[in-house]
Amino acid sequence: MPLPRLIPCLDVAHGRVVKGVSFVGLRDVGDPVELAKFYSDGGADELVFLDIAATPEEGATMTSVVARVADVLEIPFTVGGGVRSVEDATRIIESGADRVSLNSAALADPSLITAIAHRYGSQAVVVAIDAGEGVVHTHGGRVATTTHTVPWAVEAAERGAGEILLTSIRCDGQRTGYDLELTAAVRSAVSVPVIASGGAGSAEHVAAALRVADAALVASIVHENPAGLAGLRREIERLGIQLRPFKEPR
Amino acid sequence: MNDVVVVDYGAGNTRSVRAALGHLGHPSVVTSDPALITSGDFVVLPGVGSARSAMEHLDATGASRALRERHASGGATLGICLGMQLALETSEEDGGVTGLGLLPGYVRRLHERRVPRLGWAIVDPWGDAYYFAHSYAVESADAVATSEGITAAVQRGSFLGVQFHPEKSADAGLTFLEQCLSRA
Repeated sequence: MPLPRLIPCLDVAHGRVVKGVSFVGLRDVGDPVELAKFYSDGGADELVFLDIAATPEEGATMTSVVARVADVLEIPFTVGGGVRSVEDATRIIESGADRVSLNSAALADPSLITAIAHRYGSQAVVVAIDAGEGVVHTHGGRVATTTHTVPWAVEAAERGAGEILLTSIRCDGQRTGYDLELTAAVRSAVSVPVIASGGAGSAEHVAAALRVADAALVASIVHENPAGLAGLRREIERLGIQLRPFKEPR
Repeated sequence: MNDVVVVDYGAGNTRSVRAALGHLGHPSVVTSDPALITSGDFVVLPGVGSARSAMEHLDATGASRALRERHASGGATLGICLGMQLALETSEEDGGVTGLGLLPGYVRRLHERRVPRLGWAIVDPWGDAYYFAHSYAVESADAVATSEGITAAVQRGSFLGVQFHPEKSADAGLTFLEQCLSRA
């Protein structure tokens, strides 16, 4: 298996990073391009950008962010939020993103997964699942559906998703650790890689997630101290998880 | 080196490759024009999309012929991911596709472990980790590097193909691209 990945997730609205990125040392903490470069230099293996305010009119704003990120970043990145059609995916991938992440749009029309995978390959399609109480949720985790989590993950992978981004609603924002049981259940049911998401409060939490998943998404734990990313990597490695070899720039 | 050419085969995302080349001080043109592909000092065949549509596009534009001619005359070419796979004789992808045939061998569907194979992995014997994202892999006598037992690079004459994405492999990837450019 390739090495486990540490993936900072940036929430973006109207072309700006939102949600608690604090820092000294960045000229503009709200600039997704500058923050992306900063995390890349700090040892992120990959990045995820979620457009949390996505509306059809905002598509052009996100596309321009994607293009500017692609011009400075030499690690892969995924863009989610507002991908509702093959055209949306095309716009984002052709602007330089490696992958798109589908959430409620895939649930509403699972054939979308196949259509994008057919055009760009499975590795370009992530299906994000917000899971709680055994079922998939929509609207940022607020609305429960009747679709069960594990069967949906299996269907998404069969339809062409190349990775599952699994967020536990119960754990998200709690900083008490990832939902390891849920992550392990989904990962054992599918043959594609799985990104664990929701609940990181410490290096121990991330290391535990990386024992049951292929990658771990991190948000507030890095946004509170973006300069601490390299240190977080070292702590995770001290806990016995081998990450990719990475040399900190001077 | 003056002319760096990134081959366009209609699948999008040539931006990252061009950005990486640009960082190394090499502006590039994106084109499927056979004349430019034949005459370029260094040609990159990038990798996104599906084998069939890529080959159809290369055949229709004359880029296939140009790539074969350039290879025969020793012009440096780098194939990345699908761009490397297209250089083989055949691929299992899309129900079977005939490739450019610059190198002997074929492309098979991956069955090992989790597919797609996504993430950073060490390449032997080079020692560095590079970013991979693929569901198909090359089987060729011209393999020159492997990663977890899977072909990571092939070389024949002036054609070098890599399964990983140097443009997405941070410093290791840029160093690799720089070496390719300096040899061209």
